[in-house]
Amino acid sequence: MAKIFIYPATSLILSDLVTRFGHKPLGSAIAIRERVQTPGLESSPLQITPEEPKKGLHWAAVEVPSGVRGRMALYGPMAEECDAAIIINNADLAFGCMGCARTNELLKFLLRQKEIPRLELEYPKNEAEGVQFVASIKKFLTDLGGPK
Amino acid sequence: MTEYNPANVGTVTRYVVVESWNVTPSDVAIRAYEVAKGVMIKENCFGLVIMGQEADVDRVIAEVRKMDPAHIFVKDRGFPPGDARRCRATLGGARPGFNGIEFEMTVLPYISNGLERTQSLDTASVPVPARAAPDRRLDVYTLKKMIDAQEP
Repeated sequence: MAKIFIYPATSLILSDLVTRFGHKPLGSAIAIRERVQTPGLESSPLQITPEEPKKGLHWAAVEVPSGVRGRMALYGPMAEECDAAIIINNADLAFGCMGCARTNELLKFLLRQKEIPRLELEYPKNEAEGVQFVASIKKFLTDLGGPK
Repeated sequence: MTEYNPANVGTVTRYVVVESWNVTPSDVAIRAYEVAKGVMIKENCFGLVIMGQEADVDRVIAEVRKMDPAHIFVKDRGFPPGDARRCRATLGGARPGFNGIEFEMTVLPYISNGLERTQSLDTASVPVPARAAPDRRLDVYTLKKMIDAQEP
Protein backbone atom coordinates (compact mmCIF):
# COMPACT_ATOMS: atom_id res chain seq x y z
CA MET A 1 0.00 0.00 0.00
CA ALA A 2 1.54 3.27 -1.13
CA LYS A 3 0.87 6.75 0.30
CA ILE A 4 -0.59 8.94 -2.41
CA PHE A 5 -0.72 12.71 -2.05
CA ILE A 6 -3.93 14.02 -3.57
CA TYR A 7 -4.36 17.50 -5.01
CA PRO A 8 -6.87 19.16 -4.44
CA ALA A 9 -6.14 17.89 -0.94
CA THR A 10 -9.84 17.91 -0.03
CA SER A 11 -10.97 16.00 -3.14
CA LEU A 12 -13.71 13.44 -2.50
CA ILE A 13 -13.16 11.78 -5.89
CA LEU A 14 -9.41 11.30 -5.52
CA SER A 15 -9.68 10.23 -1.89
CA ASP A 16 -12.28 7.61 -2.82
CA LEU A 17 -10.50 6.27 -5.91
CA VAL A 18 -7.15 5.96 -4.13
CA THR A 19 -8.78 4.02 -1.26
CA ARG A 20 -10.85 1.94 -3.69
CA PHE A 21 -7.74 0.84 -5.59
CA GLY A 22 -5.93 -0.18 -2.42
CA HIS A 23 -3.72 2.75 -1.39
CA LYS A 24 -3.71 5.42 1.31
CA PRO A 25 -4.71 8.97 0.30
CA LEU A 26 -2.89 11.84 2.04
CA GLY A 27 -5.13 14.92 2.15
CA SER A 28 -6.14 17.84 4.35
CA ALA A 29 -8.38 15.78 6.64
CA ILE A 30 -5.43 13.72 7.93
CA ALA A 31 -3.47 16.83 8.95
CA ILE A 32 -6.51 18.60 10.41
CA ARG A 33 -7.53 15.50 12.39
CA GLU A 34 -4.05 15.28 13.87
CA ARG A 35 -4.35 18.87 15.16
CA VAL A 36 -7.97 18.61 16.28
CA GLN A 37 -7.12 15.51 18.35
CA THR A 38 -3.96 16.89 19.96
CA PRO A 39 -4.25 18.63 23.37
CA GLY A 40 -2.71 22.09 23.71
CA LEU A 41 -3.97 25.64 23.60
CA GLU A 42 -7.40 26.49 22.23
CA SER A 43 -6.95 27.92 18.73
CA SER A 44 -10.31 27.55 17.04
CA PRO A 45 -11.42 26.57 14.45
CA LEU A 46 -8.58 24.49 12.94
CA GLN A 47 -6.21 24.39 15.92
CA ILE A 48 -3.57 26.16 13.85
CA THR A 49 -1.30 27.73 16.47
CA PRO A 50 1.50 30.32 16.09
CA GLU A 51 3.85 27.34 15.98
CA GLU A 52 2.66 26.31 12.49
CA PRO A 53 4.16 29.24 10.53
CA LYS A 54 7.46 28.46 12.27
CA LYS A 55 7.27 24.82 11.12
CA GLY A 56 6.41 26.11 7.65
CA LEU A 57 9.84 27.72 7.44
CA HIS A 58 11.09 24.29 6.42
CA TRP A 59 9.40 24.72 3.01
CA ALA A 60 9.05 28.49 2.57
CA ALA A 61 11.37 31.42 3.29
CA VAL A 62 10.75 33.85 6.14
CA GLU A 63 9.65 36.56 3.66
CA VAL A 64 6.78 34.34 2.55
CA PRO A 65 3.51 35.35 4.28
CA SER A 66 2.68 33.43 7.46
CA GLY A 67 -0.58 32.22 5.84
CA VAL A 68 1.41 30.26 3.28
CA ARG A 69 3.87 28.95 5.88
CA GLY A 70 1.01 27.92 8.19
CA ARG A 71 -0.67 25.99 5.39
CA MET A 72 2.63 24.40 4.43
CA ALA A 73 2.95 23.11 8.01
CA LEU A 74 -0.13 21.01 7.20
CA TYR A 75 0.78 19.87 3.69
CA GLY A 76 4.60 19.88 3.77
CA PRO A 77 5.10 16.76 5.91
CA MET A 78 2.62 14.82 3.74
CA ALA A 79 4.30 16.01 0.52
CA GLU A 80 7.58 14.67 1.90
CA GLU A 81 6.05 11.44 3.16
CA CYS A 82 4.15 10.49 -0.02
CA ASP A 83 5.28 7.76 -2.42
CA ALA A 84 3.31 9.13 -5.39
CA ALA A 85 0.98 12.00 -6.24
CA ILE A 86 -2.19 12.58 -8.24
CA ILE A 87 -2.81 16.19 -9.24
CA ILE A 88 -5.96 17.61 -10.82
CA ASN A 89 -5.01 20.79 -12.65
CA ASN A 90 -7.35 23.76 -13.10
CA ALA A 91 -9.58 22.52 -10.26
CA ASP A 92 -12.24 25.12 -9.51
CA LEU A 93 -12.71 23.82 -5.97
CA ALA A 94 -9.08 24.60 -5.09
CA PHE A 95 -9.90 28.29 -5.58
CA GLY A 96 -9.31 30.38 -2.51
CA CYS A 97 -7.61 33.46 -1.13
CA MET A 98 -4.08 34.47 -2.09
CA GLY A 99 -2.70 32.36 0.77
CA CYS A 100 -4.41 29.26 -0.65
CA ALA A 101 -3.35 30.12 -4.22
CA ARG A 102 0.33 30.57 -3.33
CA THR A 103 0.33 27.47 -1.11
CA ASN A 104 -1.18 25.48 -3.98
CA GLU A 105 1.52 26.72 -6.35
CA LEU A 106 4.29 25.90 -3.88
CA LEU A 107 2.78 22.48 -3.15
CA LYS A 108 2.52 21.55 -6.83
CA PHE A 109 6.08 22.79 -7.36
CA LEU A 110 7.37 20.60 -4.50
CA LEU A 111 5.52 17.55 -5.83
CA ARG A 112 6.88 18.12 -9.34
CA GLN A 113 10.43 18.56 -8.02
CA LYS A 114 10.25 15.33 -6.07
CA GLU A 115 11.19 12.27 -8.08
CA ILE A 116 8.07 10.23 -7.49
CA PRO A 117 5.44 8.75 -9.84
CA ARG A 118 3.00 11.52 -10.63
CA LEU A 119 -0.28 11.63 -12.52
CA GLU A 120 -1.69 14.95 -13.72
CA LEU A 121 -5.28 15.19 -14.91
CA GLU A 122 -8.23 17.49 -15.39
CA TYR A 123 -11.76 16.96 -14.07
CA PRO A 124 -13.83 15.06 -16.66
CA LYS A 125 -16.46 17.06 -18.52
CA ASN A 126 -18.36 14.18 -20.16
CA GLU A 127 -18.82 10.40 -19.98
CA ALA A 128 -15.94 9.56 -22.33
CA GLU A 129 -13.55 11.72 -20.31
CA GLY A 130 -14.92 10.09 -17.14
CA VAL A 131 -13.90 6.65 -18.40
CA GLN A 132 -10.44 7.95 -19.37
CA PHE A 133 -10.11 9.66 -15.97
CA VAL A 134 -10.96 6.53 -13.96
CA ALA A 135 -8.94 4.23 -16.26
CA SER A 136 -5.79 6.35 -16.00
CA ILE A 137 -6.05 6.55 -12.19
CA LYS A 138 -6.71 2.80 -11.99
CA LYS A 139 -3.72 2.04 -14.23
CA PHE A 140 -1.48 4.46 -12.30
CA LEU A 141 -2.41 2.95 -8.93
CA THR A 142 -2.27 -0.65 -10.17
CA ASP A 143 1.24 -0.04 -11.55
CA LEU A 144 2.26 1.13 -8.07
CA GLY A 145 1.38 -2.30 -6.73
CA GLY A 146 -2.29 -2.02 -5.80
CA PRO A 147 -4.77 -4.87 -6.16
CA LYS A 148 -5.71 -5.80 -9.75
CA MET B 1 -5.39 31.40 26.02
CA THR B 2 -7.63 28.54 27.07
CA GLU B 3 -6.44 25.00 27.47
CA TYR B 4 -7.68 22.65 24.76
CA ASN B 5 -8.66 19.10 25.66
CA PRO B 6 -9.84 17.25 22.56
CA ALA B 7 -12.70 14.77 22.58
CA ASN B 8 -12.83 11.52 20.60
CA VAL B 9 -9.06 11.08 20.48
CA GLY B 10 -7.97 8.08 18.41
CA THR B 11 -11.11 7.96 16.32
CA VAL B 12 -11.53 8.56 12.59
CA THR B 13 -14.42 10.30 10.85
CA ARG B 14 -15.41 9.59 7.26
CA TYR B 15 -18.01 10.99 4.90
CA VAL B 16 -20.12 8.60 2.86
CA VAL B 17 -21.51 10.47 -0.15
CA VAL B 18 -24.41 8.87 -2.00
CA GLU B 19 -24.90 9.84 -5.66
CA SER B 20 -27.22 7.07 -6.80
CA TRP B 21 -30.49 6.81 -8.68
CA ASN B 22 -31.73 3.79 -6.71
CA VAL B 23 -30.25 4.19 -3.21
CA THR B 24 -31.00 7.20 -1.02
CA PRO B 25 -28.95 8.49 1.94
CA SER B 26 -31.70 7.25 4.30
CA ASP B 27 -31.47 3.70 2.81
CA VAL B 28 -27.74 3.78 3.42
CA ALA B 29 -28.28 5.17 6.95
CA ILE B 30 -30.70 2.33 7.83
CA ARG B 31 -28.20 -0.28 6.57
CA ALA B 32 -25.37 1.47 8.46
CA TYR B 33 -27.39 1.50 11.72
CA GLU B 34 -27.96 -2.26 11.32
CA VAL B 35 -24.20 -2.91 11.42
CA ALA B 36 -23.23 0.13 13.51
CA LYS B 37 -21.81 -1.64 16.52
CA GLY B 38 -19.42 0.83 18.18
CA VAL B 39 -19.62 3.72 15.69
CA MET B 40 -21.50 7.00 15.65
CA ILE B 41 -23.56 7.68 12.52
CA LYS B 42 -25.04 11.00 11.45
CA GLU B 43 -27.27 11.20 8.41
CA ASN B 44 -27.24 14.33 6.29
CA CYS B 45 -28.53 15.53 2.94
CA PHE B 46 -25.82 13.93 0.79
CA GLY B 47 -25.04 10.78 2.81
CA LEU B 48 -23.58 9.96 6.21
CA VAL B 49 -20.85 10.99 8.59
CA ILE B 50 -19.43 7.98 10.42
CA MET B 51 -17.12 8.22 13.44
CA GLY B 52 -15.44 5.52 15.49
CA GLN B 53 -12.36 3.33 15.67
CA GLU B 54 -10.82 2.94 12.21
CA ALA B 55 -11.48 -0.79 11.92
CA ASP B 56 -15.14 -0.37 12.92
CA VAL B 57 -15.69 2.56 10.54
CA ASP B 58 -14.10 0.63 7.67
CA ARG B 59 -16.32 -2.38 8.44
CA VAL B 60 -19.50 -0.27 8.30
CA ILE B 61 -18.33 1.47 5.10
CA ALA B 62 -17.51 -1.84 3.41
CA GLU B 63 -21.01 -3.03 4.25
CA VAL B 64 -22.87 0.05 2.99
CA ARG B 65 -20.74 0.24 -0.15
CA LYS B 66 -22.16 -3.15 -1.21
CA MET B 67 -25.54 -1.45 -1.75
CA ASP B 68 -24.28 0.40 -4.83
CA PRO B 69 -20.48 0.17 -5.15
CA ALA B 70 -20.02 2.54 -8.08
CA HIS B 71 -22.30 5.26 -6.66
CA ILE B 72 -21.21 5.46 -3.01
CA PHE B 73 -18.08 7.52 -2.35
CA VAL B 74 -16.03 7.93 0.82
CA LYS B 75 -13.59 10.54 2.08
CA ASP B 76 -11.86 11.38 5.34
CA ARG B 77 -12.94 14.24 7.59
CA GLY B 78 -10.83 16.00 10.20
CA PHE B 79 -13.60 17.01 12.61
CA PRO B 80 -16.05 14.71 14.43
CA PRO B 81 -19.75 14.88 13.41
CA GLY B 82 -21.64 17.86 14.82
CA ASP B 83 -18.47 19.66 15.95
CA ALA B 84 -19.45 23.25 16.83
CA ARG B 85 -16.43 24.60 14.91
CA ARG B 86 -17.75 23.17 11.66
CA CYS B 87 -21.42 22.25 12.07
CA ARG B 88 -23.81 24.59 10.25
CA ALA B 89 -26.28 24.27 13.14
CA THR B 90 -24.05 26.63 15.11
CA LEU B 91 -22.37 28.55 12.27
CA GLY B 92 -25.30 29.09 9.90
CA GLY B 93 -25.11 28.83 6.11
CA ALA B 94 -23.35 26.06 4.25
CA ARG B 95 -20.71 24.13 6.18
CA PRO B 96 -17.16 25.19 5.25
CA GLY B 97 -16.02 22.54 2.79
CA PHE B 98 -19.47 21.81 1.40
CA ASN B 99 -18.69 23.85 -1.71
CA GLY B 100 -16.00 21.34 -2.63
CA ILE B 101 -18.35 18.38 -2.25
CA GLU B 102 -21.07 20.29 -4.12
CA PHE B 103 -18.70 20.88 -7.04
CA GLU B 104 -17.48 17.29 -7.14
CA MET B 105 -21.03 15.92 -6.97
CA THR B 106 -21.58 17.36 -10.45
CA VAL B 107 -18.66 15.21 -11.67
CA LEU B 108 -19.59 12.04 -9.74
CA PRO B 109 -21.97 10.63 -12.42
CA TYR B 110 -19.03 10.55 -14.88
CA ILE B 111 -16.86 8.84 -12.26
CA SER B 112 -19.58 6.26 -11.48
CA ASN B 113 -19.94 5.54 -15.20
CA GLY B 114 -16.15 5.28 -15.48
CA LEU B 115 -15.98 2.83 -12.56
CA GLU B 116 -18.67 0.62 -14.10
CA ARG B 117 -17.11 0.68 -17.56
CA THR B 118 -13.52 0.06 -16.40
CA GLN B 119 -14.48 -3.02 -14.37
CA SER B 120 -14.43 -5.17 -17.49
CA LEU B 121 -11.98 -3.09 -19.46
CA ASP B 122 -8.24 -3.35 -19.93
CA THR B 123 -7.10 0.05 -18.66
CA ALA B 124 -4.08 -0.01 -20.99
CA SER B 125 -6.46 0.10 -23.97
CA VAL B 126 -8.10 3.36 -22.83
CA PRO B 127 -6.46 6.49 -24.27
CA VAL B 128 -4.77 8.84 -21.82
CA PRO B 129 -6.91 11.96 -21.14
CA ALA B 130 -5.90 14.96 -23.22
CA ARG B 131 -3.99 17.53 -21.19
CA ALA B 132 -5.10 21.12 -21.24
CA ALA B 133 -2.60 23.78 -22.14
CA PRO B 134 -0.50 24.51 -19.00
CA ASP B 135 -1.42 28.19 -19.02
CA ARG B 136 -4.75 29.27 -20.40
CA ARG B 137 -4.40 32.93 -19.45
CA LEU B 138 -4.54 35.56 -22.15
CA ASP B 139 -1.00 36.33 -23.25
CA VAL B 140 0.16 39.91 -23.78
CA TYR B 141 0.70 39.55 -27.56
CA THR B 142 -2.87 38.35 -28.12
CA LEU B 143 -4.14 41.19 -25.92
CA LYS B 144 -2.11 43.71 -27.97
CA LYS B 145 -3.62 42.30 -31.20
CA MET B 146 -7.11 42.62 -29.73
CA ILE B 147 -6.45 46.22 -28.70
CA ASP B 148 -5.03 47.07 -32.15
CA ALA B 149 -8.05 45.49 -33.80
CA GLN B 150 -10.40 47.89 -32.00
CA GLU B 151 -11.99 50.65 -34.03
CA PRO B 152 -10.37 54.04 -33.23
